[in-house]
Amino acid sequence: MLKDITLGQYYQTESKIHKLDPRVKIVATLLFIISLFVADNFTGYVIAAAFLTLEIRMSHVPLKFIMRGMKTIFFLLLITVVFNLFLTPGTALVHFWKLTITMEGLKLATMMAVRLVFLILGSSVMTLTTTPNHLTDGLESLMNPLKKLHVPVHEISMMMSIALRFIPILLEETDKIMKAQMARGADFESGSVIRRAKNLVPLLVPLFISAFRRANDLAMAMEARCYRGGEGRTKMKPLIYRKRDAVAYLTVLGYMVLMVVFGKILF
Amino acid sequence: MAIILDHVSYIYDADTAMAHAALEDVSLTIPDGQFIGLIGHTGSGKSTLVQHLNGLMKPTSGNIFFNGKDIHDEDYDRKALRAKVGLVFQYPEHQLFEADVFSDVCFGPKNLGLSKKETELRAYEALKQVGLEDAYFYQSPFDLSGGQKRRVAIAGVLAMKPEVLILDEPTAGLDPRGRDEILGLISRLHSDTGMTVVLVSHSMEDVANYVDRIIVMNKGHVAFDDVPRNVFRHYRELEQIGLAAPQVTYVMQELKAAGLDVSVDATTVEEARDEILKAFHM
Repeated sequence: MLKDITLGQYYQTESKIHKLDPRVKIVATLLFIISLFVADNFTGYVIAAAFLTLEIRMSHVPLKFIMRGMKTIFFLLLITVVFNLFLTPGTALVHFWKLTITMEGLKLATMMAVRLVFLILGSSVMTLTTTPNHLTDGLESLMNPLKKLHVPVHEISMMMSIALRFIPILLEETDKIMKAQMARGADFESGSVIRRAKNLVPLLVPLFISAFRRANDLAMAMEARCYRGGEGRTKMKPLIYRKRDAVAYLTVLGYMVLMVVFGKILF
Repeated sequence: MAIILDHVSYIYDADTAMAHAALEDVSLTIPDGQFIGLIGHTGSGKSTLVQHLNGLMKPTSGNIFFNGKDIHDEDYDRKALRAKVGLVFQYPEHQLFEADVFSDVCFGPKNLGLSKKETELRAYEALKQVGLEDAYFYQSPFDLSGGQKRRVAIAGVLAMKPEVLILDEPTAGLDPRGRDEILGLISRLHSDTGMTVVLVSHSMEDVANYVDRIIVMNKGHVAFDDVPRNVFRHYRELEQIGLAAPQVTYVMQELKAAGLDVSVDATTVEEARDEILKAFHM
């Protein structure tokens, strides 16, 4: 169950996508998401699918691993599809009981489903191929202009990198506490909803305590090393654009042009 | 009756690029009443192995039998198994959650569906067994010292009255005094109740004085499985896999090499003293 959460998890392997500058990946993912939401014809989605397939193939992350992340959004997907299917007014297609499926509803539901799936797949590829540290480095560098507006860019990115960094740790911790309580006869899998919610107490209390303990330890360790935020702080590995990043930008640009021409974005 | 592992293998992240075997073809028999030390370096598979013994992990291949029955048969009651094979995890104090010590120890027996009276009786017995004074019973477990918390956590498992007690690194993070207290406590539990005890550790020094048998794990395999003195004879091989024999073994080996007529089989300081005195005819 816990292993299914792939969002925010890094998949270690060698690939061209892994080596790209995080800024490229963030910009590309953003553009990809925008293109998904503006495109409104079939050709557009075929192009998006082709782009996504290429990206996934190049990332060397097994499709099975990426698909695991889909399980978590399954219900969201289901609700979106059902609502769009039944509640869109238009020419009736099928009639039964009080429900009507319309042509427009069918179209909208399919489009929404495809958008959602592509959106998750696209952003999963980014998080799976970029370490959390790289990701926040990239974000920080992209948000740098906002510093002029007194936005605490460095602090935001530090908080994000800490949050991301702790996802796998807390997942592992949850797994460990769960097992420890199961060894004492706890049952997390059966019973009514209320019963199950009550059974979570032996899991949640230790988990929260451990999260606070870790946060405290981390704060101490940062203080001990005289951490004091962004002003005048240099990086050990500053981000530098290379040739492959230029190639990637051009590819994404090409993709956007294709989407404009064939996906009728700008109409 | 016993726990039998028959060609057990376990692979982590089986269908990804990170796939690696934590256990490879491990076959073991753990008979009743034995006190076993399970030794291995970090990542040798010892923690994975003990989680197989009470059915928390399912082997990728191979079978595990408890008292003659396969614990992964469809109709096997694994919840009942966990009461019979008690597992104390590493840093067990991290699993405490109740408002007071006594309720926390009650958690295990309560889950077994025992009556309130029986539950409380068992909790009381268990807390006495680990030597916690009555004054602490109704305090918050979070106010106790590290060593006390750990004893409470061990009591939480003991209250289920297991036939086999497995402890994963029970002395990790304790000071020398806390360590000796916990080890003494485990040894006393073994001699008083006659239960089977499996003590997981990475330190030979810790277990040498107490156990009947040592199983050394290395890279998912059983490297040695014998009585302590026979295992320590392989001290050179032990060093190669990142472990060491107790210091007395080295002392005795050196003395022997220097021409003193001593047996190198001494595993405890007391035995070593007697051997040396004998060599000097004192």
